[in-house]
Amino acid sequence: MVEPPHRRRAHTRTRDLERYAGLFAERTGVMRSSAMRDLMAITARPEVISLAGGLPDTSTFPAGTFAAQMTRIAQESTAEALQYGPTEGFAETVDCIVEVMGAEGMLPDPDDVIVTTGGQQAIDLICKTLIDPGDVVVCEAPTYPGAVPVFCSYQADIVQIDCDSEGMRIEQLEEVLAKLDSEGRRPKFVYSVPSFQNPAGVTLSLERRRRLVELARQRELLVVEDNPYGLLRFGGDPLPPLYQLDGGDFVIYVGTFSKILSPGIRLGWAVAPPPVMEKIVLGKQASDLCTSTLTQHFVREYFAEGHWREYVESLVRIYRARRDAMLGSLRDHFPAQATWTEPEGGLFIWATLPGYIDTSDLLAKALREDVAFVPGQAAYAEEGRGRSSMRLNFSGVDEHEIREGVRRIGAAVAEQVELYGALTNPAASSAPAQPRKSDRDAAGLQGGAKAPTGEPGAAGAAGLQEDGGDVLPFRRTSEGSA
Amino acid sequence: MRVAVLKGGRSLERGVSLRSGARVEDALERLGHEAVALDAGVDLVKRLTAEAPDVAFVAMHGPGGEDGTAQELLEILGIPFTGPGVAACNRCMDKALAKQELRDAGVPTPDWFAFNETAFRELGAADALGALEERLGFPLVVKPSRGGSALGVKFASNWFEVPEALVSAFSYDDRVLLERFVEGRELAVSVLGSEPLPVVEAIPGDGDRFDFEARYEIGRTEFVCPAELSEEETGAVKSAALGAYEALGCSGFSRVDLIFTAEGPQVLEVNAIPGLTDTSLLPQAAEAAGMSFENLVERILDLALKPAAA
Repeated sequence: MVEPPHRRRAHTRTRDLERYAGLFAERTGVMRSSAMRDLMAITARPEVISLAGGLPDTSTFPAGTFAAQMTRIAQESTAEALQYGPTEGFAETVDCIVEVMGAEGMLPDPDDVIVTTGGQQAIDLICKTLIDPGDVVVCEAPTYPGAVPVFCSYQADIVQIDCDSEGMRIEQLEEVLAKLDSEGRRPKFVYSVPSFQNPAGVTLSLERRRRLVELARQRELLVVEDNPYGLLRFGGDPLPPLYQLDGGDFVIYVGTFSKILSPGIRLGWAVAPPPVMEKIVLGKQASDLCTSTLTQHFVREYFAEGHWREYVESLVRIYRARRDAMLGSLRDHFPAQATWTEPEGGLFIWATLPGYIDTSDLLAKALREDVAFVPGQAAYAEEGRGRSSMRLNFSGVDEHEIREGVRRIGAAVAEQVELYGALTNPAASSAPAQPRKSDRDAAGLQGGAKAPTGEPGAAGAAGLQEDGGDVLPFRRTSEGSA
Repeated sequence: MRVAVLKGGRSLERGVSLRSGARVEDALERLGHEAVALDAGVDLVKRLTAEAPDVAFVAMHGPGGEDGTAQELLEILGIPFTGPGVAACNRCMDKALAKQELRDAGVPTPDWFAFNETAFRELGAADALGALEERLGFPLVVKPSRGGSALGVKFASNWFEVPEALVSAFSYDDRVLLERFVEGRELAVSVLGSEPLPVVEAIPGDGDRFDFEARYEIGRTEFVCPAELSEEETGAVKSAALGAYEALGCSGFSRVDLIFTAEGPQVLEVNAIPGLTDTSLLPQAAEAAGMSFENLVERILDLALKPAAA
């Protein structure tokens, strides 16, 4: 019954902390922990249905296969698998990477590839290579929540470009680049997750892919294409990755085995033009010398069996059913004023609620009902944006839990909608949502969303509705919140 | 001595509580006590019975641990515990209740109105809100009545921002306060036994209000202890704090949060079980009074075991 002895902690006191604080690097000032992190700590309770994580389902990976491969490694390559390896990664691992990229139509030169500790390290190394404090990084709005802290830790100035149902709005990107130009600033790179984006679930259209690649070429600007989900397509025609369209001159590619095999093996990669790669390799050497040789052996054995695509296809079938369950539940349980994206692949749906609902506060309410999601704020660098949106993951739990989780969130939202109605229009306590400033974030993504009633465009109409009410003092007008 | 450290639980302040608890456990071990860490869950009573500690150190924050619930169980089990008793915890946790007690006792606290959700949903209370403008003015503060940290606390600078702030606050509790915003310096006075410790002033950086994030982050808020106040001012602040502590029936230790306005101190709330983390204010105040964290923990245990020692 006794808890195991707790781990020894540094015996810090306030005075000590002040002493350490004086030693911290300037960049730690922007490396913030947050209230949200404290809330997220609660989502780890076993009774909580978590739609918050980004976890792939590893439960269907055949245990027998795993055991056989690890045994073979032990029997045939113990010494090598336990030894350091080359910083760039084993040539055999790179062969597997070339095979994965080939499945999406890319033909990288193996010499341009480096094996990294997850895609996350690839992003970190690219920043380490390219970013000086104050440099501009352009990314999507919303962007991958895990990229924000990386950009921040290199003290980048983050500029976000709105997304709609076709992904990043390239015309807005052009405007921003022109404006930056006039200020004498040139972004170091544009970071994009073009396919089944995390967190929005949207996919950059073919036309926009072409324009983005052209733009990069014209302006001699680098694009970092982060493509963890490209092979997890549930329907529709595959689109060429930016890397393929560009040929690898101005596109740095980031890939990972996390979503097609396992995140636990921590294997990702980057593909970059040789001069950039040279610096990335030096950066990697300084960071951790080399990527785990043991898991590189595992990938080699696994690919040698030749069934990796079948496993990806089985994941696609599982995730497609889960996405459908989530979309169905959203239609059943979310109020008419809510909108959401309908991803053709990947792991996430992005839902946007009426502007008066703050999803961080909603999370507190949802946690009392034992369900969790990621509040939209996490996907924005700028404070206050995304506060009425949420990221919902459909890969980590089964259909039953998805339905129950969405039902519980929907019930919490319904209570807030009803309450707001009673507050703004006491006479008839079911007033429609009024637009407000944060609807700006919603507007862009509404194109791809369908109203729960199934009437196309109804959701957008709700968000853009003019204020016709005259009940004072609470009736919010679109200017009222300015 | 065998000391059960109650921490964690299901409240939204679970993370803070785990940090408070871990720090207390370290101190207890350095003091030569046997610390038994108990993450409060459904087996809490069973574990307390099995462990049979000499005393329980309650390091829980928020509903479930700071509101008298855990204290009630400890009383039933006959285990002495640190900090205020059941009734005081209950009063401190519910700000609407606490403010009424403070006002009745003549302790200055900003004007307020408390509403529950039913009033808005079923009784059309929104129609009454207009009348509050002249009573409270803008900006005003909207906060959940029961909630330990600054979670769900919003400022409304005009009527249009009130409904949204109410929706946020009602996410945490079914009762909320609308409170007059009082401008001034943010002060905290921790009381140990019946002695106020040196006053801590929180100076938010970059115009940040003293919010949840700032509370638990080094560097975002600057703390000055003792606060730069005249002797007379310090006296007024400590006396208001002690008045609040006594009005709510606190014992052992607690922390009183105040605003020092041009007209003097105004008590915002009393935290029955304030944070004991590396960045918490009670340990800072104790240190300014010459007490190490170990001394503080030892003194808190003494007060729990020998209430007369106060």
